[in-house]
Amino acid sequence: MSVSADTITAAPSSRWSLSRLAHDHNFLGLLFLLPAAVFLLVFLTYPLGLGVWLGFTDTRIGRAGVFVGLENYELLWEDQIFWLSVFNTILYTTVASVLKFALGLWLALILNERLPFKAFFRAIVLLPWVVPTVLSAIAFWWIYDAQFSIISWALQRMGLIDAPINFLGDATNARASVIAANVWRGIPFVAISLLAGLQTIPPSLHEAATLDGATSWQRFRYITLPMLTPIIAVVMTFSVLFTFTDFQLIYVLTRGGPLNATHLMATLSFQRAIPGGQLGEGAAIAVAMIPFLLAAILFSYFGLQRRRWQQGGAD
Amino acid sequence: MASVEIRDVRKAFGATQVIHGVSIDIADGEFVILVGPSGCGKSTLLRMVAGLENVTGGEIRIGDRVVNDVPPKERDIAMVFQNYALYPHMTVADNMAFSLKLRNAPKSEIEQRVKKAADILGLGHLLDRYPRQLSGGQRQRVAMGRAIVRDPQVFLFDEPLSNLDAKLRVQMRTEIKELHQRLRTTTVYVTHDQIEAMTMADKIVVMHDGIVEQMGAPLELYDRPANMFVAGFIGSPAMNFIKGSIKVNGKAVFKAEGGLELPLATAPAGADGRPAVYGIRPEHFVIDAQNGIPAEVVVVEPTGSETQVFAKLGGQDIVGVFRERVTVGPGDTIPLAPNPELVHLFDAQTGKRL
Ligand SMILES: Nc1ncnc2c1ncn2[C@@H]1O[C@H](COP(=O)(O)OP(=O)(O)O)[C@@H](O)[C@H]1O
Ligand SMILES: [Mg+2]
Repeated sequence: MSVSADTITAAPSSRWSLSRLAHDHNFLGLLFLLPAAVFLLVFLTYPLGLGVWLGFTDTRIGRAGVFVGLENYELLWEDQIFWLSVFNTILYTTVASVLKFALGLWLALILNERLPFKAFFRAIVLLPWVVPTVLSAIAFWWIYDAQFSIISWALQRMGLIDAPINFLGDATNARASVIAANVWRGIPFVAISLLAGLQTIPPSLHEAATLDGATSWQRFRYITLPMLTPIIAVVMTFSVLFTFTDFQLIYVLTRGGPLNATHLMATLSFQRAIPGGQLGEGAAIAVAMIPFLLAAILFSYFGLQRRRWQQGGAD
Repeated sequence: MASVEIRDVRKAFGATQVIHGVSIDIADGEFVILVGPSGCGKSTLLRMVAGLENVTGGEIRIGDRVVNDVPPKERDIAMVFQNYALYPHMTVADNMAFSLKLRNAPKSEIEQRVKKAADILGLGHLLDRYPRQLSGGQRQRVAMGRAIVRDPQVFLFDEPLSNLDAKLRVQMRTEIKELHQRLRTTTVYVTHDQIEAMTMADKIVVMHDGIVEQMGAPLELYDRPANMFVAGFIGSPAMNFIKGSIKVNGKAVFKAEGGLELPLATAPAGADGRPAVYGIRPEHFVIDAQNGIPAEVVVVEPTGSETQVFAKLGGQDIVGVFRERVTVGPGDTIPLAPNPELVHLFDAQTGKRL
């Protein structure tokens, strides 16, 4: 034993360098990681860094700014409209996400049953997601039109209302309307992802639970839901991120109006930076979104952690 | 505990009929095994008893209640699935306790029942583990534990051992049989493995293409198979079949195609000249230098406890099994004598026993 150990340690010392490095897992790992790291640095970190930097300057369009420290943030702290946009974003994200989750899960459960024309229905469900956002936003713009809204028209025909509904002109209506449009657009992602999750649950588990005496509600509560939680965590994190950073729908439908009632942080940031020309202030608003997004990502990190029952043992 | 009665049960999936009228009586406390090749409808029949599939025609009774329209949870049966179907997000203890919790059984009773089942199956030290952290055999035991704690009227097993390695399978076979002797719960057990059926069952039901070919005690099926299918299915290696016809000329003999003459103890009355199939089990050949028919050895497979000899007997491929050490090699000639008392004769057309 000791002889062989000696030869192993003694021999390579003379010619370590390259051939040795080529077998070092850590070194190789770093080497292979390098292209991806450079890519990330250039295309992700640089713009992000630039944005953060801009937030500390008074840059305007066409005029390089100087470092102003926290001035932008101090201004925002006093800014009623900024705080309104924070409130709007949280309201929008919370209500839309809860609705998307509830309706998406419900739809996924229905689509997971044996039903005729299954493939057809699954394809239909995906439609809202396939249509480009701007296109569907324009469609909603028509649906919500103050005079030509099909909803108002139908309700009037049925005799339920006398005058067309002012969907986008009234603060509460406008908020509800943009949330409805976002939910319509976001449901397919949630429903199809959860459906994929449901299909990984072996049918025999449901059969076993049925024989154990579980009602369909109890099967949902004790089998489906716990087994679906890892996927719910991922799906809802993405859904929250998408919703929180939503821009297109709002910008086409309301541009933040009426009276900033539907201004989200993303739309306000754009409004201040590009049409308003205050790049520094716009950047500061965008940077203010980061803590919220980090919180969502942390939530997903803990949600994503493999639960104890998923660990250990090979099949 | 209860008896189970299956009366002329049929099952169709859409237009395809897979069970064509099956009737089986299972006595209270009996261990019945449904055996047959893959796809013959064993699982479907079992799932109908469980209530997981609708019955297309006929009647199923558990105890003295017709259960055709009784939902599974009210049938008071427990089932062990081929893939075990353990709840992956519950510990072993919770898996076993699940049915009791759903029934709102008192905590002390749940604990006591789970402990008792765990003791019977030797699972005591695994109660806090999750299914992923168990070996195949342990999972299998947990699946049985989940059935035991319920103390149901009937146990249903669907190929519970087919995911285990050969050695464990033999061990679990014994354990399941012991368990049945201890609990005496009526059991319906599905397998495609005839050895499992032979070793464990009180009664074997041989199924084939959605019908019952024969039903009876293991040795009954071995000694008097009702037709060529059962004869070929029960026993390993499978029975040798040789086509030919019966000749009665004072003494009965069997004339195989190709002119070979094989001994018969008796022949059915008026069978002279009747085309038939001569069935002889591999273990019912003896090596007999005086009366044996010379056969050319093709392959020799010693297993230690016995030796299988594949040979050509008058142009027919046959296999013989011998307990004694046989020292022959390929190309050698070996004198083989079928034991005429243990020969089976089948009708050449219908395959039914003569
Ligand atoms: N849900 C189903 N739909 C259509 N055909 C089925 C279904 N389940 C089983 N079958 C068919 O019924 C026959 C019997 O199946 P099964 O009972 O699983 O056989 P076994 O358990 O004996 O291997 C097979 O031909 C199978 O293809
Ligand atoms: Mg089967």
